[in-house]
Amino acid sequence: MGTNKRIAVLSGKGGTGKTLISVNLAAADGNGYYVDCDVEEPNGHLYFKPQICEEKAVLVLIPKVNYELCTGCKDCVNFCKFNALAFGKKVILFKEICHSCGGCALVCSDKAITETEKTVGIVNIGISENVKTVGGMMNTGEASGIPIIKKILEYIKDKSGYIFIDCPPGSACIVMESIKDADYCILVAEPTIFGAHNLAMVYELVRLFDKPCGVVLNKCTDGHNPSEEFCREKGIEILVKIPFDKELGELNSNGKIAVREDYKNKELFYSLLNKVKEAVE
Amino acid sequence: MKQLLILSGKGGTGKTTVAGAFIKLNNAKAYADCDVDAPNLHLITRHKDMPIKKDYYGLPKAHIETNSCMGCGLCQTNCRFGAISYNDGYFVEGNACEGCGVCELVCPAHAVSLKKAVAGELFLYKDDSVFSTAKLKMGSGTSGKLVTEVKKQLIENAKEVDLAIIDGSPGIGCPVIASLSGVDMALIVAEPSVSGISDMERIIKTARYFGTEIAVCVNKYDTNLVNTERIEVFCANNDIVYVGRIPYDSAAVVAINSGKSIVEFDCPGGNAVKAVYARVIEIMQKKGDL
Repeated sequence: MGTNKRIAVLSGKGGTGKTLISVNLAAADGNGYYVDCDVEEPNGHLYFKPQICEEKAVLVLIPKVNYELCTGCKDCVNFCKFNALAFGKKVILFKEICHSCGGCALVCSDKAITETEKTVGIVNIGISENVKTVGGMMNTGEASGIPIIKKILEYIKDKSGYIFIDCPPGSACIVMESIKDADYCILVAEPTIFGAHNLAMVYELVRLFDKPCGVVLNKCTDGHNPSEEFCREKGIEILVKIPFDKELGELNSNGKIAVREDYKNKELFYSLLNKVKEAVE
Repeated sequence: MKQLLILSGKGGTGKTTVAGAFIKLNNAKAYADCDVDAPNLHLITRHKDMPIKKDYYGLPKAHIETNSCMGCGLCQTNCRFGAISYNDGYFVEGNACEGCGVCELVCPAHAVSLKKAVAGELFLYKDDSVFSTAKLKMGSGTSGKLVTEVKKQLIENAKEVDLAIIDGSPGIGCPVIASLSGVDMALIVAEPSVSGISDMERIIKTARYFGTEIAVCVNKYDTNLVNTERIEVFCANNDIVYVGRIPYDSAAVVAINSGKSIVEFDCPGGNAVKAVYARVIEIMQKKGDL
């Protein structure tokens, strides 16, 4: 039986370098999984440019009203906690805000509501060199990517090897879904008070789940680094400091993976990978 | 009140830096931070008085009264969110519960009730200006509803103000959709990277889906000129109002870390933001918003 180690890469703030870190770690490891859980704005595929082997639609259930059976009692409208149903001359559904709980169909005493499937996005499985990629994309206009993230996590459940999970920004439920089963969390932070403030939030989240973690300080300059101060204060391990570097910025903005290029500092990513592997083994 | 919302799709492109600058330049009397997952605007705006705090209640969460539970398991079978577990009795996993009420509906023993749950905190700063912001509680899921509350709090307390500047959240999902409601113009701060372009295209689609007028500017444009030009061509080809380029400027980090706005410094970044601001205001005036 192979090992199965999940490394979640997260940050409270967006744009700190989650994708840069997770893509390069997965590429440096070379034969595990890269999993993109940012289904609202997925970017990992722009780097790996994977050959897609499988693409699946993600479906959720939404109610469908049979107006011939509906007596207009409004029980469904009153039941729906999400205000996804309203009553004008008849029952109206706002399908973008429906949470697919199925309550309206249960509460309808006239059996006028059945459920029908609606596509909210896709999950795709691909390969780039020897790295397996798993990602998803929510359809624009949809409110929640959670059903897609759940599908992604379901897919990787029984996979072995190193699994690098690129999480969405923030600290809401969507992030919790992504880190719930992680063996280790990498927190990526910028050297600003914004970065430190959001690092504090996401650190709290990781503590809540009692996950081992370490910090990557990204875009470091010579000036003072509020995120670094936070780590020292809390005694959080700093895994690596990645200097602000035009060359890396340019590679990254062109969708290039630093460890697959002739990049002068690619050792940084290998040393990060080794540290993380030591921590989980 | 007219509303100008700053969005980006991708995180970290400079929404809050731009919003902070606009607030300063406009001497704004009303503004809000809708990034309730990771609010930051309060770190660079200054207020004399402490904020008024208010608990935010999201949807109530289910609670199973063990003494009344017969152990039939109907709640678990019917829960679509996997929020009901069994360990010597059924119980609700608070973080997974979305408060839909299905378990309460199906329980034959009336053992389930929905209980009020604090899902975040609202803050209202009200002195020379009105600033509405909030922080979602760790792991909560109803961020869209909290965004709506942030905006409601702003509008209620600043009815007379002509223009409100609103800092949005990254992504294209529920909090972003909630922040778009009632907005007169959304300024999208794009970044010239392959990720930034892909995310910009998705936020533009989303804003258009909800019928919001948009304008685009590029931040850190000189980090990748080829991609900046791609964004400019994209805007021209898709009839999107383009309001200018802002260079990468290390003064931005210095400004943030001293709790100030970049336009308080005489630097290329700050000057470019001023030009973008002037164009946005001009467009809103022409439209008849201001």
